[in-house]
Amino acid sequence: MGHAIRESVGSFQRSPLLLWLSAAMVALALFVVGLFSIAAFNLKLALEAIEERVEVVVYVRDDARGENVLLMEEELALLPEVESIRFVSKEAALLVARNELPEFREVFTDLDVNPLPASLEIRLRRGSRTPEAVERVAQIAEVYPDVEEVRYGRDWVDRLFFLRRIGGITAGILGAAFAAVAALIIGTAVRIAVFARREEIYVMRLVGATDGFIRRPFLLEGAMTGVLGGVLAAGITFGSWFMVNRFVFELSWIPPLWVGAGIAAGGIFGFLSSGLAIRRYLREI
Amino acid sequence: MIRFINVSKEFPAGGLALQDVSFHVKKGEFIFLTGHSGSGKTTSLRLIHMAERPSEGEIRVSGFSSEQTSRREVWKLRRRVGYVFQDFRLLPGRSASANVAFALEVTGTKKAEIRPRTQRLLTQVGLSHKSGALIHELSGGEQQRVAIARALANEPLVFLADEPTGNLDERASRGVVDLFFELNAMGMAVLMATHDLELVRRHPHIRVIELDQGRLVYDSEGAS
Repeated sequence: MGHAIRESVGSFQRSPLLLWLSAAMVALALFVVGLFSIAAFNLKLALEAIEERVEVVVYVRDDARGENVLLMEEELALLPEVESIRFVSKEAALLVARNELPEFREVFTDLDVNPLPASLEIRLRRGSRTPEAVERVAQIAEVYPDVEEVRYGRDWVDRLFFLRRIGGITAGILGAAFAAVAALIIGTAVRIAVFARREEIYVMRLVGATDGFIRRPFLLEGAMTGVLGGVLAAGITFGSWFMVNRFVFELSWIPPLWVGAGIAAGGIFGFLSSGLAIRRYLREI
Repeated sequence: MIRFINVSKEFPAGGLALQDVSFHVKKGEFIFLTGHSGSGKTTSLRLIHMAERPSEGEIRVSGFSSEQTSRREVWKLRRRVGYVFQDFRLLPGRSASANVAFALEVTGTKKAEIRPRTQRLLTQVGLSHKSGALIHELSGGEQQRVAIARALANEPLVFLADEPTGNLDERASRGVVDLFFELNAMGMAVLMATHDLELVRRHPHIRVIELDQGRLVYDSEGAS
């Protein structure tokens, strides 16, 4: 292993230009993946923010007794899909209507009788904001005798989840395509580096070095080139994100685990590509 | 030491390179392998080095059989067989000593031994004073001597030389051939492919094997 490390470092010192060119190719490939990751991550956050607003509103009959409403609230709170329930009284509903609908302020002020019903606003847990879960909670709530109506914006929830599915599939396909292109570019970059040293491989085979002995420095070098390219890509991606976030529009930075995975992917692709490239030269003599 | 037993070699694209060739090289023997271009000289040397495998027949080299030695084990054979070429195959951009040291390093020589052994090998080929010179700073004859020193790194029992004087002027050629005779005098078998008939005539006591279109057409040992 000592020889492999010495040879890898020695190779970097002997041909730094080739190293930086290979690492730059890897970096550019992973940079595109990085940009895509930022876009996908922010799309995910945006959809999650919209999902946060998914709720079931249970309107209570005006003649409902307080203890019945309280009991219904307690029972609904026990459902596994339910995160929290907020009781909105008729008065609170009117106050909200006056504040949120200023153009009807006078209409709501001149009323003798408050026409707005009391309601229970049910927030659902993350993971239970699917159309099926929302509908199940709504159906359970509808059965209570003191319930006037249950609303949850079925069309809106359906569309949101359709959008989420499309987003997920698109991100998956595009992500896989970008990763495949990155793998090909990394493979080419590493193959060029191996090609540049084919004479060394030839001499090593000529004088009787074992395959493993020949292969190890190249595998290490491929992995190091990949990791270096990954680190460069993380730096360029961060710089691009920083500029956009500061001067164009607000964006969230991707989780550190994603960055680590990108750098590790560079290393793994570099390692595997090097292994494939070296195989060919080992067979030549 | 080396035994060709009814060896044929056919390349998928290049046709029949060797046809039913049989000969035996004894320990410490010196042989000129002659013939025109394309007669099968290089193929024969590559078969001995197990860079190629025979299509038919068997080759035995110092206990290794072409039928039993796997590709993974071929390095063991190569540490017993030195090989030099017309175009030297040295690593450009490195010094003479670095080229020799490289061979020692990649075959597992201890680090502390590499420098003294490199110097010893360069002294053996008469290049101790040029150890620090880069390859492109050396003449053709000197480059071939570096290649020979590199091939000697593993203390081989057999030395294969494929047209080693092909790129050299007459004086450098004589020096390199004399060096092969010195190695042979130390007990090493030398198989030297050449189409330089003048060189062959100058050494009438040396065994000659001649190939023509892949067939063995003359063996001075059998002829005498």
